[in-house]
Formats: sequence, structure tokens, C-alpha cells
Amino acid sequence: MKSGDEIIMTHKILIFAADMAYRALDQAGLLHAHYSPNTVIFRIPCATLIRPDLIVYALKNGFDAVFVASSGPDCPFLGEKCVSIVSKRIEKAYELLDKEGIERERLVVSGVCSTCVETLVNTLERIENFLQSRG
Amino acid sequence: MRERVGVYVCHCGGNISDYVDVKKVVEAVKDLPNVAVARDFIFMCSDAGQDLIKEDIKNLNLDGVVVASCSPHLHEKTFRDAAALAGLNPYLVEHVCIREHCSWVHSDDPEAATQKAIWIVKSAIAKVSLADELQPIRLEMKPEAIVVGGGIAGMRCAIDLAKAGIKVHLIEKKPFLGGRAAQIFKLYPSGKTGSDLVKELVDELKRYPNIHVYTNAEIVEASGALGDFKVKIVVKPRYVKEGVSKEEIRRAVECCPVEVLDEFNYGLTNRKAIYVRESSYPEEAVIDMDHCIKCNECGIADFEQKEETYELRGSMIILATGAKPYEPKEGEFSYGIYDHVITLPVFDRLLAVCDGKLEYEGKEIKDIAFIYCVGSRTEEHEYCSRYCCVATLNAALGALEKFGKLRVYHIYRDIRAYGKYETYYEKVGEEGMLFIKYDPEDPPVVERKGDKLIVKVRDLLTGGEELEVPVDLVVLSVGMVVEEAEIFNMLRVPFSRDGFLQEVHPKLKPVETAIGGVLIAGTCQFPKDTVETTASASAAVGRAETYLVKGYAELEPFIAEVDPEKCDGCSVCVEECPAGAIRIENGKAVINEALCKGCGACGALCPTEAINLKGYKYEQFRAMIDILKEA
Ligand SMILES: Cc1cc2nc3c(=O)[nH]c(=O)nc-3n(C[C@H](O)[C@H](O)[C@H](O)COP(=O)(O)OP(=O)(O)OC[C@H]3O[C@@H](n4cnc5c(N)ncnc54)[C@H](O)[C@@H]3O)c2cc1C
Repeated sequence: MKSGDEIIMTHKILIFAADMAYRALDQAGLLHAHYSPNTVIFRIPCATLIRPDLIVYALKNGFDAVFVASSGPDCPFLGEKCVSIVSKRIEKAYELLDKEGIERERLVVSGVCSTCVETLVNTLERIENFLQSRG
Repeated sequence: MRERVGVYVCHCGGNISDYVDVKKVVEAVKDLPNVAVARDFIFMCSDAGQDLIKEDIKNLNLDGVVVASCSPHLHEKTFRDAAALAGLNPYLVEHVCIREHCSWVHSDDPEAATQKAIWIVKSAIAKVSLADELQPIRLEMKPEAIVVGGGIAGMRCAIDLAKAGIKVHLIEKKPFLGGRAAQIFKLYPSGKTGSDLVKELVDELKRYPNIHVYTNAEIVEASGALGDFKVKIVVKPRYVKEGVSKEEIRRAVECCPVEVLDEFNYGLTNRKAIYVRESSYPEEAVIDMDHCIKCNECGIADFEQKEETYELRGSMIILATGAKPYEPKEGEFSYGIYDHVITLPVFDRLLAVCDGKLEYEGKEIKDIAFIYCVGSRTEEHEYCSRYCCVATLNAALGALEKFGKLRVYHIYRDIRAYGKYETYYEKVGEEGMLFIKYDPEDPPVVERKGDKLIVKVRDLLTGGEELEVPVDLVVLSVGMVVEEAEIFNMLRVPFSRDGFLQEVHPKLKPVETAIGGVLIAGTCQFPKDTVETTASASAAVGRAETYLVKGYAELEPFIAEVDPEKCDGCSVCVEECPAGAIRIENGKAVINEALCKGCGACGALCPTEAINLKGYKYEQFRAMIDILKEA
């Protein structure tokens, strides 16, 4: 991971954290939970905002995986409806990934409630394992 | 493009700097082309830390600020306010988290934590570089509110609002106020009857001339947003002359020749076609036109009355539309098959209307089995309805008190007599009633043998022994389900997984919905007893008053905006918007700022990227990605 002054990380995961997921990330901190440090967090109000092409953009420009952490059915903007709209976005993003020849495993979506620390940690572990298997 | 950004990295007294090399973070960003200054400091949130930012804004003429410290949920506002005091638009401050999201979760790997902090700070610099000056949205708020639902919750809301000098429109769909609580035989914890509780509230309500009550009212339209809601109601006539005395009403009811089953008592008794509800409001009669034969024997009828339509306005709306008891399915514990299988609400009324001896459908009741958790904690309704355990224990005690000797069996899954209600559970045991615990995988079966009902149940308390309990009456302790109302869809309030109205956050915004200005009170949110209902009603009023008493509201400016140059009027955004806040005008999308909730859903599929959420523009996200490309 390290060489001299330069810190070299093998890969980077982009987390789009919607309102509740962002709170879960706060909660993970309070609990001193541990997850992959190869992560960058972009705060968003709601995961329905994400343009499918933005996901592709991230994966073509330095990120090895994108984790869309939506608020799930607890979404303060859309409630239960958030879930189906986000799946629609992700479906669209998968289509774009297929066209670009990018593996679908590099995009992961999960509903993360404000206390769903376990979901966060487990999902990131899965992504990390996948990326490590790719070297 | 912001050219003079100040970056401030907080040590948080070691909480961050023990794991993240803050000097290295500063080093990594200080020479970026648009960074004017980068500093670290022991506590950025302290007065000294804030002063540092303020001085730099003034002296170095900063046009953007990045603060990397704890979660923005704690101090974003602190830093925005500090920047504003120094003359910088507060929305040019980007607050990112390197404590909860970094040092605390990667304390095992300080090198990696430092690298991650650098990424986070760099992305924030990229974001703020493209940030726009934004203004909070200021809304004038007239002291006028609409409360929907005239149960315990709605009445409490109306009274508390009126006390604060706010004009209230209280809308109730039934001819009388009171809701479900009015039907309860004896309320826990007070021991009062439900109608006594309603009467107390009615007496209080009558003292406030600024409460306008509309009963028999149906909402036909609801629109608008925080600060300016419009609700159109149609009030059905009572068909009774105005200004008649109580004595005239009493006589009229006596004279009416038409008797029908009284729905208030679930058909256990009859009422006349013209009727009143004791201890409720309004203290007027109403004629049930489905049954009235227009004989006018009562002498006070007025068949010429017409429906009236009112357009009500309010700065805020409180929904207090309540819940209804779960209606068991045909055959569920033999409900609907045997007459003597009834629900708890019906049993409550039976206790109220029986005199001397407990009798149902011509049969004296000597033994009763209560079956708990009917319609709760099932696949269809996963939640616990919370009121029913105590209400059932309480009803059993009430029955014993009123009718003396009864054999009572409580056939339960778990008893949740929480908090101080444990005493009800103890009392039931002391009275010699029996508890039988059933397995939800193998629920009790109700059959008939002769003139008795037999409840067959395997009792987990005695190691799964098969019991056959002969009783005269089976009472199903039913849960609560939401009472649907048209207004939910009109206002687009979100529902929870359980079908109730959903608050924004159980701790942070427990009485607010995602729809600005629409609050919730009582059992429309989730099952509650009257104590919890009242508490939530007062909480909703407290929240409403923070706007209505101050006279204005300031809202975050993060709403959608359209670039008319790019927009081709395709209307994809109109379909995507869950708030109905976008319309096409002269071939371009136009945002209704009062309705936009700021989710950003509208922009995701726009073919020309003409629509963006302020503060979260897509070009900002791309810049955040770009800056990390080589990092
Ligand atoms: C059998 C039973 C026993 C109970 N026992 C107890 C007890 O002993 N102690 C206790 O504390 N609690 C008890 N409860 C709970 C208590 O009844 C509730 O907490 C209370 O009634 C909730 O009040 P509410 O105002 O939220 O809802 P509700 O009482 O349901 O009132 C809602 C009101 O809104 C009106 N409404 C609905 N939709 C509309 C619309 N679209 N437009 C206009 N008006 C509308 C309804 O007509 C109703 O008047 C019991 C409940 C049941 C069912």
C-alpha cells in the first residue's frame, strides 16, 4: 500500500451516499466500524438524482467500482417509491456498462437506512473482494 | 469558476489527527491552482477556528471555502454562518467529513486514512470551484393552519394551535368529532370512558373562536405548498334546521319512526334516522338520508339544504386521519363463520351497551378467549400494533369489573405491556385469568361444539400441550391499519413499508413528512395509544409554531433549476418529478419552486442535461471525479 512518501492505493471505490446512507456512514464512524479505506464519498440528497451516464463516467475515469448507497424505502424525499426509481436508474446504467464492456459487478446498489451500518460494511466488503479478485 | 478557495483541515483535538496526517493533507492540496490558502487547526469549530476562516475570507478575498472535519450534520451550519458573517455567500462553503467517514473507521491504517482524506478534500475543492451563490428561499407564513381529522389527535392539534393565536380549520369527514377513541369503553391508563375524553377536548375546543370546525366534510382538492396550501371541501348538509334547542332535538329523536343499526355500536344497538352523539361536537342533530323516509315527524328537518363548498387556505397542514382496526379475513380464527367470534372494538362497545349481564346475540357470556396479534406481526402486516396488548388486558379487566365472575383466557404470542402498563399484565394474572402462549407457526383453531366455541391451541407454556378451551365468546385482538384518505395522494405524502404515513426521520424530524409544511399527528403515522397520540399531536403543533408564530420560513435553496438554452421541452423531467413540480411552458421546463422537494430525480434522464439540482450539479460531480483521476 505504501512506498516512501507516496501513498499508493490499489483501487478506488466511489460511494454515492444519499441522505440516509450518509447518516449510516456517520453512524459507522461513531461505532468505529471498519471498512475499506479505498473509498471516496459523494454526498447526494437522493439516489434518484444519479444520471446513469455519470456512473459510466466515474468508471471510465479512475474509479474501479461505484456503490450507489440509496436511502432505500426510508428516503425522506420519495419514501418507498425511491426503491423502484433507483432500480430504474441502475438498470439503465447496466445497459450502458454492457455497451462499454465494463463488468456489471463494478456497479453495486443497496438501500441503506440511517442505522444500516452492517449493510454498508458488508456491501463494501463484497466490492473489495471482487476488486481484489481482479488484481 | 472559483479561483480563491480556502481549505481548512481540522484535527478535532486528535480525533482526526491521531490517524490522519493533517499536515500531509494540507501539503497535498495547497498548491492546487485555485487554492489560495490551506491550513490545519486543532478545532475548526471553536471560535478561534471560525475566526481563522473569517479573517482569511476578508484578508485573502476568498471566493470559496472547504472545511474538512466532522460530519456536516454537526457543523455545516456553523461554518456556513461563519462565512456569511465574513461576507461570503454561505453556500460557497463545502463541508466534508474526515472524522466519522475517515479517521474513526480507518484508525487501523493511518496511511490509507490520510490518502482517503486527501481524496475527500480534493473532491470538495473541485465541487466548490463550480459552486454558485445561492439564497435561502424565504416564505411568508400567515398564522393559519388546516388540520385534517377530528379524532383525539386532530382536536388536540386544533386546540394547541388556537392557543398560540393561530387560526385553524379542522376538517372531519364524519358528522361528529371524536374518532375511534370515542368508542372505547374504558381507556387505559386514565380509566375514563372514551366519550369522557372526547368531551373534555370538545369543552376546551369550544372556548376558541379561532377554530373553525367542518364536520360531514369531504376533501375534494388539495394543492399548494408550505406557506400556501389550498384545500377545497364539500360539506354535506345535516338536513336539520339551524338554531333548534337541545330539547327540540331530544323530542325530534324520540318522534322519529325509523330505526336502523347504530354503526357507532357496530350494530349492537339501534339508532333513529335523526340522531345526535352525546358528548361530541357539534351538539346538533344530523339526518341519515340513506334511511330517512322524509315524514318530518321530527318537525325539525330541512330537506332543502344543499351541499356547501369551501376553499380553505393554510400555511401548513397537519394530517391526523387516524387508523382503523384490522378487519379479519373471512374464516381467520373462524371470524365471519361463527357469530360469537368478534373483534376487540366490537367487544369494547358490547361492554358499554350491556347492562347487568354480558350478553351477545341472545347468549349470556360466561367465558371468553382473547386471541392476540390478529392482523399484526404477520406476513401481511409485519409490524406490532402496540396498543392492542394493553387494550386487551384492560378490556378484560373492565369486563370483570362490570359483570363480575367471568372465566377469561388470554391466548397470546408475546405480551407487550410496555413501560408502566406492566401493572395491567400483573393485575390480569392476579385476577386469576389464564395465559396460554401459542406458536404463530401453529396458531389456535376455533371450532364449534354444541353451543360452545372450542379454541384448540398448543400451549408453549406447558411444553406444547394440546388444549381445548370451551368458551362462549372469542375476541380477536386486532391490530391497526392505516385509514386511507384521498388527501394523501393529492399532497403526495410518502408511505412507510407498513402503509402508514412516513416521517422524514424518527429522531431528527419525527412529525414532518417529506412534503414541506405537511405534518403528521396520531395514528396515521403508526399505531399509537391515546397518550402517544396526544404527545405526537403536541409535537406537530410545536413544529408548526416554529414557522407560524415567526411569520416566515427559510428553506434550503437546493431545488432544481432549468437551463432554458439547453432544454428542448421533451418533458421527461415532468414524468420523473415525484412532486408534480415541473410543467412545460412555451416549450421549456419550468420549476415550481414551492413544490420542488430537492430530490434531483428530474435531472437523471434529461437527454440534454438541461436540468440540475442546485448545489449538486452534474458538472460538479464530473469535476470531482476528474480531480481524483490521477490522485
Ligand atoms: C379497540 C380499541 C381499544 C383502544 N383502547 C385504548 C385505550 O384503552 N387507551 C388508549 O390510550 N388508547 C386506546 N386505543 C387507541 C386509540 O383509539 C387511538 O390512540 C386514538 O383513537 C387515535 O386517535 P387519532 O386521532 O390518531 O385517530 P382516530 O381516532 O382514528 O381519528 C381520526 C379521525 O380522522 C377522521 N378522518 C379520517 N380520514 C379523514 C379524511 N380524509 N378527511 C377528514 N377526516 C378524516 C376520522 O373520521 C376520525 O374522526 C384503542 C383503540 C382501539 C381500536
